[in-house]
Amino acid sequence: MGFGPFLLLALLEGTVAAAVLALTAVGLSLVFGVMRVVNVAHGEFFMLGAVVAWFVAAAVPGHAAMGFMLALVVAPLVVAGVAALADWLVLKRLNYDPEATIVATIGLLYILQQSALTFFGPTPRPVEAPFTWRIQTPWFGYSGYKLFVVLAAIAILLAVWAFMTRTRAGLVMRATQVDRQTARAFGINVDRVYAGTFALGAGLAAVAAVLVVPVSQAHYLMGGDPLLLSFIVVIIGGLGSLRGTLVAALVIGLGDGVISMFFSPTLAKIIATLLVALVLVFRPQGLFGAKA
Amino acid sequence: MLWLEGVSAGYGGVTVLRDLSFAARAGEVICVMGRNGVGKTTLMKCIMGLVPATAGVVALDGEAMQALPAHEVPRRGIAYVPQGRRLFGPLTVAENLAVGLMARNKGEAVRERVLDLFPRLRERLTQVSSTLSGGEQQMLAIARALCLEPKVLLLDEPTEGLQPSMIAMIRDVVVGLRATGVATVLVEQRVSAVLGMADRVAFMDQGRVAEVLDCAGLQADAPQFRRYVGV
Repeated sequence: MGFGPFLLLALLEGTVAAAVLALTAVGLSLVFGVMRVVNVAHGEFFMLGAVVAWFVAAAVPGHAAMGFMLALVVAPLVVAGVAALADWLVLKRLNYDPEATIVATIGLLYILQQSALTFFGPTPRPVEAPFTWRIQTPWFGYSGYKLFVVLAAIAILLAVWAFMTRTRAGLVMRATQVDRQTARAFGINVDRVYAGTFALGAGLAAVAAVLVVPVSQAHYLMGGDPLLLSFIVVIIGGLGSLRGTLVAALVIGLGDGVISMFFSPTLAKIIATLLVALVLVFRPQGLFGAKA
Repeated sequence: MLWLEGVSAGYGGVTVLRDLSFAARAGEVICVMGRNGVGKTTLMKCIMGLVPATAGVVALDGEAMQALPAHEVPRRGIAYVPQGRRLFGPLTVAENLAVGLMARNKGEAVRERVLDLFPRLRERLTQVSSTLSGGEQQMLAIARALCLEPKVLLLDEPTEGLQPSMIAMIRDVVVGLRATGVATVLVEQRVSAVLGMADRVAFMDQGRVAEVLDCAGLQADAPQFRRYVGV
């Protein structure tokens, strides 16, 4: 296979990675933007989404698509529920203090990870893709499911954008993001907004995991990479900036795909981390973030 | 009627309001004056539930408010225009007004009435509020509060940094509210602005309301202004 088709394949893989990363990172960015909470457990919500998807898919008999579609609905709801519970039990009691919540979410990370190890086990388990069509190019065949992942991620991100800009709940979240005290003075129940935001952020990570689990596998340690890459994306894009998060996810995802294919995945991570360091030195607020 | 009796409040271990008592009747404009640091803004925040009262009663039309969560206070009919406006800067003018309307589920008719008071905002509905001029931002802050159709309106230094024409416009709005039965509590430092708007003046000193005077017949050189405000 020549360089051109090889590059095309790398770009396709990168686009899939970018789509999944964008979904995961938007969740992290929403939580930080609205709540000012750095959620270190975000990767574990991703992992929990994949694990719940496996349980749901395994429990549904018949065609794989049935189990997958049910998992796509059930897993985000379960994970969002766990996140809302964590918000009520832990974050709210810490009054959303930025430093205390970092420590608390580190604790949450281990609780979720070890719970998954206990109830799911250490073995990676696959979830069958809902369909196995391949798109044939003159040079290689490519998974139709992976293209579905990209389209689904775009549709969900558009839905998130419409939710934030076109609905009453989105307006309430944006007002709270700007100034929580003034939001309270206008009748906004900030505690409820925070619980909803934390649940939404975790739910988005879970959706990303359900989409990706047929092309990877559910595993109790799978939350590390999404967390690292999401932080990279959110820092480069600008903390709390959804537009910046999407652009950075595209850059990092595509870069990861191309560099991983032509060189090595480790080099891709090194370059991404270097990029974060450069952004922190020369533009600490990120590419699209507002200056503090 | 807004009624405070024996209210104490503060931040952390620091008490700012001490055994403060105060009342504002429907259709009345009452101005709170005092030197910097006597607790005027804390009083406003305490009424809104943003700074919790550690003692005493804050009541609206007989209902105790001090135990309610802060977001319930505006829903009962108290609207707040904070010092420095504190608009939702990245949101548009229309979105800022929508947040105000949401608090008490008010609709299009209320928004239209508010925009009739501030026609300039009607021309700027899609503009991001942080890009408005200072005067327009103050109009929006007041308009956003009026979207609640409040029983009590709290204004914290609304004329700060504004040109005379804008101050006159705010005075007209406040005076107009009096006829609709809204009780307006105004923190203000300019004696001329106070005498043009208020029915009564409450002078604060050391976290308490030290003296309340009727504005009728009150002159700008009254000794209370010198004693409590230093002008």
